[in-house]
Amino acid sequence: MSEKIIEIKSIAKKFGLFEAVKDVSFHVNQGDVFGFLGPNGAGKSTTIRCMLSLIKPDSGSIEIFGKSIFTHRNEILSRTGSIIEKPDFYKYLSAYKNLEIFSRLSRVSIGKKEIYNMLDFVGLGGREQDKFSSFSHGMKQRLGIAQTLLHNPDLIVLDEPTTGLDPQGIIDIRNLILRLKNEQHKTVILSSHNLAEIEIICNRMVIINKGVSVVEGDVKALMNNEDLVVRLELSDKDKSKALILSQYPNIQITDINETSIELPMEKSKISELNKDLVQAGIGIFSIEAKRKLEDYFIKMVNA
Amino acid sequence: MIFIKSIYNEVIKIALKPRSYLGIAAITVLVGVILFALKSDGMSIISFVTSSFEQTLSFEGNVLNGNLVAFIILQMLIVQIPLLIALVTGDLVSGEAAMGTIRLLLTQPISRTQLLLSKFMAGGIYTLIVIVWLGFMSVIMGKVLFGTGDLMVLNSDGLVILQEADVNWRYLGGFLVAFLALFTVSSLSICLSCFTDNSIGPIVTTMSIILLFTIIGTLDVHVFDSVRPFLLTTHMASWRSFFEDPLPIQDIKNSILILLIHNILLISISIYVFNKKDITA
Repeated sequence: MSEKIIEIKSIAKKFGLFEAVKDVSFHVNQGDVFGFLGPNGAGKSTTIRCMLSLIKPDSGSIEIFGKSIFTHRNEILSRTGSIIEKPDFYKYLSAYKNLEIFSRLSRVSIGKKEIYNMLDFVGLGGREQDKFSSFSHGMKQRLGIAQTLLHNPDLIVLDEPTTGLDPQGIIDIRNLILRLKNEQHKTVILSSHNLAEIEIICNRMVIINKGVSVVEGDVKALMNNEDLVVRLELSDKDKSKALILSQYPNIQITDINETSIELPMEKSKISELNKDLVQAGIGIFSIEAKRKLEDYFIKMVNA
Repeated sequence: MIFIKSIYNEVIKIALKPRSYLGIAAITVLVGVILFALKSDGMSIISFVTSSFEQTLSFEGNVLNGNLVAFIILQMLIVQIPLLIALVTGDLVSGEAAMGTIRLLLTQPISRTQLLLSKFMAGGIYTLIVIVWLGFMSVIMGKVLFGTGDLMVLNSDGLVILQEADVNWRYLGGFLVAFLALFTVSSLSICLSCFTDNSIGPIVTTMSIILLFTIIGTLDVHVFDSVRPFLLTTHMASWRSFFEDPLPIQDIKNSILILLIHNILLISISIYVFNKKDITA
């Protein structure tokens, strides 16, 4: 069993009368790429800020690398790299100067060469001396990632790292995260609204809603418990719907267009459905079964 | 070690911020204008001041010398300098919050207390640079342009004439007390900066407090008699005590003590607030 890198137990935080986080618990194992999901205002950002000691929770415990963030803050932060919300740097300083300033505060000796290499690594080679204020949003994100990785942290917290990036940039960041996990065995926490991204990259996840952790676990295992969504393109939609409803009276069929419908179904029953439709003389032009994190997420959040 | 690096970072940030040079530029322009005015028509001003003494005293030698010019400049500018200091130090904390860089800073392995103290230190270094520049522009440039001589100071007790050889150490002492007073302004603005995420608010509030205290200090109303000795602005003028004869040592000691207490209180409040602060920006 993997070592727990992060263990958060029942944290809560109020801002005045507003309960931003009511009861959030989860753990992250070493080497996980851990998805952190939740709708806007769910308490994700507050939870991440509590983890990084930017906000002090009213109750609960946060242990990272087996130590409490409240008592071993500097030790934990020296092994952690993070981007929280958008990466903001000093507008009047160059990319190089910004990284140099933050590198001085890390407990690792980082020279000019390392900074240049890191800027090159994130695709900012040649722009080292350009001021941060002249950067596009995507370039700012890349600089944020460079800052996060510069001191070679064991734990990386990325809050919406692909926001504002072009498609190539998104793919680059995704590949970078996978490389960090596979080649360097880093632990990554990834907060994102892009559910497809989480589904592709993460092995474990937690969903937070209204300040409470709703579900936590292995992404594939959680998804396997769910019905597939089956989309059928048919020669006779109405006849097909009548047939399906006669066999599965409680099933919810969604009309997609004049020839297509969508319905939830267990994997094992799809071939049987296919057979029944063919036997009833209905032509099947296409059949597509998919399992979407998006549907799972909406189901969990609305539960 | 990380504390030293953090101080260095803060100094670099101040040095590379264009706003930091406003104070230096303002002093250069203001002192330049005063020096030009005194060079062109200084003697008529001096004659106006000395006319009331001419029946009992005769003035010989270079009355309008560098020492007097420096004294005039300090007297005219020492009220404005706090505003120039607050302009830079007032957003040392809140500016980070407004820019969003506070999130990055406070996720580095340095304690909040160390980070804040490094900002106080950087604010102190900036204040020192401003004071040294003011000293250079007033005393050195004054002596270069107007030569040297005995210093004639008119205060509430009458005319004080200080020997040329007796002046330099008084300027040094005066500048040190002025530095302490301006460092207190810097501490006040950094302290206010800990309460908000707004970059401009602490600067305006510091200026308003100094203005209010100056008015309270100037108004001859008995209600304020008990608070006046403890106001920061009362002791901002203590540099003048170094140009009295005999030297009012007890008054100078009191001023230094009160300014030090102000600094200790302001820094302590700042550390408490900054450590408790939730970073939501």
